[in-house]
Amino acid sequence: MTGILGNFGRYFLLMRRVFSRAEKKKVYGPLITDEMIKIGVQSVGIVALLSFFMGAVVTLQTAANIESGWIPKWTVGYTTRQTMIYEFSSTIVALVLAGKVGSNIASEIGTMRISEQIDALDIMGVNSASYLILPKLIASTVMFPFLVLMAMSVGICSGAIVGTMTKAVSLNDFVYGIQYDFDSYGIVYSLIKTIFFAFILSTIPAYHGYYASGGALEVGKSSTKGVVYSMVAVMVANYLLTQILLL
Amino acid sequence: MIQVQNISKSFKETRVLTDISIDFHPGKINFIIGRSGQGKSVLLKCMVGLLEPDAGSILYDGVDFLNMDEDQHKAIRQEVGMLFQGAALFDSMTVEENVMFPLTMYSNLTYSEKLQKVNECLERVNLVGKNNLYPAELSGGMKKRTGIARAIIMNPKFLFVDEPNSGLDPETSIVIDNLIRNITYDLGSTTIVVSHDMNSVMEIGDSINFISGGRVEWQGDKHALLKAENEALNNFVFASEFMQEIKENLRR
Repeated sequence: MTGILGNFGRYFLLMRRVFSRAEKKKVYGPLITDEMIKIGVQSVGIVALLSFFMGAVVTLQTAANIESGWIPKWTVGYTTRQTMIYEFSSTIVALVLAGKVGSNIASEIGTMRISEQIDALDIMGVNSASYLILPKLIASTVMFPFLVLMAMSVGICSGAIVGTMTKAVSLNDFVYGIQYDFDSYGIVYSLIKTIFFAFILSTIPAYHGYYASGGALEVGKSSTKGVVYSMVAVMVANYLLTQILLL
Repeated sequence: MIQVQNISKSFKETRVLTDISIDFHPGKINFIIGRSGQGKSVLLKCMVGLLEPDAGSILYDGVDFLNMDEDQHKAIRQEVGMLFQGAALFDSMTVEENVMFPLTMYSNLTYSEKLQKVNECLERVNLVGKNNLYPAELSGGMKKRTGIARAIIMNPKFLFVDEPNSGLDPETSIVIDNLIRNITYDLGSTTIVVSHDMNSVMEIGDSINFISGGRVEWQGDKHALLKAENEALNNFVFASEFMQEIKENLRR
């Protein structure tokens, strides 16, 4: 218990350092751009691929489970839209990014810690927490919503393509379904969750990397911890935000 | 000048430093020597602020480093250069970007002005034309020289060097030693070197502080070192048969 509380305390103290005594603004510009490319642009492929198949699977599963004549076929499009917008695009993409981006952040910062690069920053008087973590946090917060919007679009489009190709649903029914009772708040809800997830996915792995000690083995362990704890935090935050924003 | 006064440091139950007091003088190469695990690196880390001592004070030109506010810390750190044991170069940056880094953070110079200073430093450490190489492409000696260039680009008043010759061949070690000596005398900086390389100590050491069991066991210069009667010091310095022979020859 003391260990958990200690970790919480150290995490919040680190966050305080991240947001206090930032370096010159012009220093952050190139760093944020680099991170946006690493965290955002380089994740487009994996997010698009997963979204395509997830949209396709949701469409096929919904179609396969609707056998009653009382349930209209456009329900397939409606379900695919709701699933992609409300849950898949934000939460599942966040879990995927925890693996890809989270492990990258933890191992990068962890390696800098054990090779004394962070000590070098501190000795130069640079606020190492802010210099290393803030650009990743800003880049994640800016780029994740775009990835989520893309995941929504790709997933719904793939549902339409696969649904019509397999004749599980007609294009007209699918399009009617995705337009039926559309509430744009669903997208806002998803994007709000994404902002919180971006914070979690950039700071928890960064925390584990920042306090790594020892050698390569410990960097690997801190990377694993960063991914696992950020996934758990995403799921807890998902529950809390859903309760706050939807009920 | 840096004055370490009555510094003590423990990790949980283990006492690492006990009541350490040393004066490090400007324009001199001050060595801290001792066997592995005796507290040399912990003392160095306390002096540069990476560790907080449990007791005592560290004065930079008479001002207590441990009681400075954030702005004072930041100001003093711009006068500090440090060469790490593994050089601690930023992997994602080229040699030029690494050396330029302190200027980027703390100066308002234009890029061409910064580049001129970087090239001067690279010339000094004999790395001309290596600007665009990444640390992974450098040999151990080149990494150390890049680290030295980065450490001196702000003309530091205080230069800290941690195990400068570890992992280097004797010839490269002499190159690094000469660089440290020339920089110290040219800049007039207070240079503090942590090492257990006796060649280096005898080559460039002006003032030597021997630490054993977390305490300062002996202080003096390299001439006094050879004649010292301290048992722990003699066991350390004359550990090899070759060095024992030298000691015997000196006695005769």
